[in-house]
Amino acid sequence: MTLLTAVFAAVICTVIWYKGAPKSEMKVGVLCLMYWGASLMWLVDAVFEYAELHEKYFTPAPADMLNDFYLGLSAVALGLVIWLVILLVKDPKGAVKAALFGKKTD
Amino acid sequence: MACFIVPAAEAVITTIAARAAKSKEASSESAKARLDGAEPLEAEKIPFSRKLGWLNKMLWGGSVLLAFEHVWHGEVVPWFPFLTAASNPADAAEMLHEMATVGVLMAVLVTAVWAGMLAVCSVIEKKAQKKEQKEQIEQKEALKKALSAEG
Repeated sequence: MTLLTAVFAAVICTVIWYKGAPKSEMKVGVLCLMYWGASLMWLVDAVFEYAELHEKYFTPAPADMLNDFYLGLSAVALGLVIWLVILLVKDPKGAVKAALFGKKTD
Repeated sequence: MACFIVPAAEAVITTIAARAAKSKEASSESAKARLDGAEPLEAEKIPFSRKLGWLNKMLWGGSVLLAFEHVWHGEVVPWFPFLTAASNPADAAEMLHEMATVGVLMAVLVTAVWAGMLAVCSVIEKKAQKKEQKEQIEQKEALKKALSAEG
C-alpha cells in the first residue's frame, strides 16, 4: 500500500510537471524525482517481501493495509513539505525576496 | 531495518561528484566560447552535472522517505545507537545482511533507471544535433544556389 501510494503520487507529479514543461518555475521536477526514487526503493522492498510471503503478500490484513496507507500518505506529505522548503529557499519566481523587500521598505 | 543507508551513502558520493562536475563544466564552457564558434551546438547539450542532479534527487528523496518509514516502524530512534537493530549482535547481523541485499539492490535499481534516462536523453540530443546540422547544410546550399543564380 505504501508503494502504491508513492507510485500514484509520482505519476500525478509527473503529469503536473509535463503540463508545465519546459518551464520549471514551481520545481515540480524535484518532487517527481523524489517520489520516483522512493517508489523504486519501495518496489525492491516489495519484491523481497513477496519472495518471503509469496501469495500472502497480496492478501494483507485490513489493519495492516490501513496502517500502510496511512504511512504512505504521511510519506507523501513529508515529500510535499521538503519540496515546499526547497521551493521557498530557491525562490525561482523571486516572490519571497520581493515580499521580504516590500516589508523592509514599508 | 537500515536499508536506506546504502542509497543515502551513494547520494553523498554523487552529490560531491555533481559539485565537482559542475565546477569543471563552468571552466571548460568559458574556454570553448573563446576558442571557436561551434559553441551553440555544445550549449544545447544538458550538462552532466545536471544529469547527475537527477540521480541525487532520486537517491536523497527516496532515502529520506524510507528513513521516515523506518522511524514509523520504530527501527530508527532519536537516541544512540539510533538504529534499534544495532543494540544487540544478532539483530545487527540481520541488519547488515539486509543492507547488503535490499539496500544494495535499491541503490543499483535507482542507478539503473537513471542510466536508462541518460540513454534516452542521449538519443534525443543526438537527433536534435543531426537535425540542426542538416538544416545548416540546407541553408548553405540554398545560399550557394542563390549566389550562383545572381552571378
